[in-house]
Amino acid sequence: MKTDDPQYVSILSMNDQGPAPEAAIVRDIIKHGSIVAPILIGLSAVFWGVNGAWSGAYGVVLVLGNFAVAAWMVSYTARISYALMMGATLFGYIFRLAVIAAAVFFVRNATWVELVPLCMTIVITHVGLLFWEMRYISLSLAFPGLKPKHVASPTVQDSTSN
Amino acid sequence: MEALTRIAHASIRVAAELTPAEAKANAAAQMAGLAYGLAAIGPGIGIGMIFGKAIEAMARQPESAGMVRTTMFLGVAFTEALALIGFVAFILLKFA
Repeated sequence: MKTDDPQYVSILSMNDQGPAPEAAIVRDIIKHGSIVAPILIGLSAVFWGVNGAWSGAYGVVLVLGNFAVAAWMVSYTARISYALMMGATLFGYIFRLAVIAAAVFFVRNATWVELVPLCMTIVITHVGLLFWEMRYISLSLAFPGLKPKHVASPTVQDSTSN
Repeated sequence: MEALTRIAHASIRVAAELTPAEAKANAAAQMAGLAYGLAAIGPGIGIGMIFGKAIEAMARQPESAGMVRTTMFLGVAFTEALALIGFVAFILLKFA
């Protein structure tokens, strides 16, 4: 074992106190979700009526809530320990899947629920928002999460002014 | 073993008493449940691998932890989509 080594750091004690990129990404996803939600709800309303619209709205809320809970779990547990983050996320996967299953299962017989638009909205919103978000991800050491909106370039301005 | 044999015999007796429509619905329910279970296994393994590798990467290079976490989060979300598709297939097969 390397535990005698003074430079040995256990994974149980490692954590990340820096900014959480997941939270920023999910805020951006929710922002995009609020843009596409009226379109999805409108399409559901066109094909399945008022019940379809309610089902579509419920599906969008489920997906955005799922993203928010996933990001919160990773951000919160990463500040404590990487090992806890892994455990929380793996069990969180089961938990969130169970919550979504229960959320659909318990309303399946409700009068305002149409299962087809509900299920289609869940899948399309989840995958679509993720692909859309890929356009805004930077993935660099300087900007590990989202791309910066405006990059100030004072050096360029200085060189042109001189 | 004897208990299993009794259960199997009971299932055969019950199945023999079902009408064809009931037997079909029964089989559809079983298959839908099986499909959902199978659909959840792959993403579970995938998410485990993603997190394992991400933590390994963060432990090796803590300065790139933010980048790794972003990739990890998106990878997990994409992998989860497979489980959601399996769940949707289950719901539509079983209840729609």
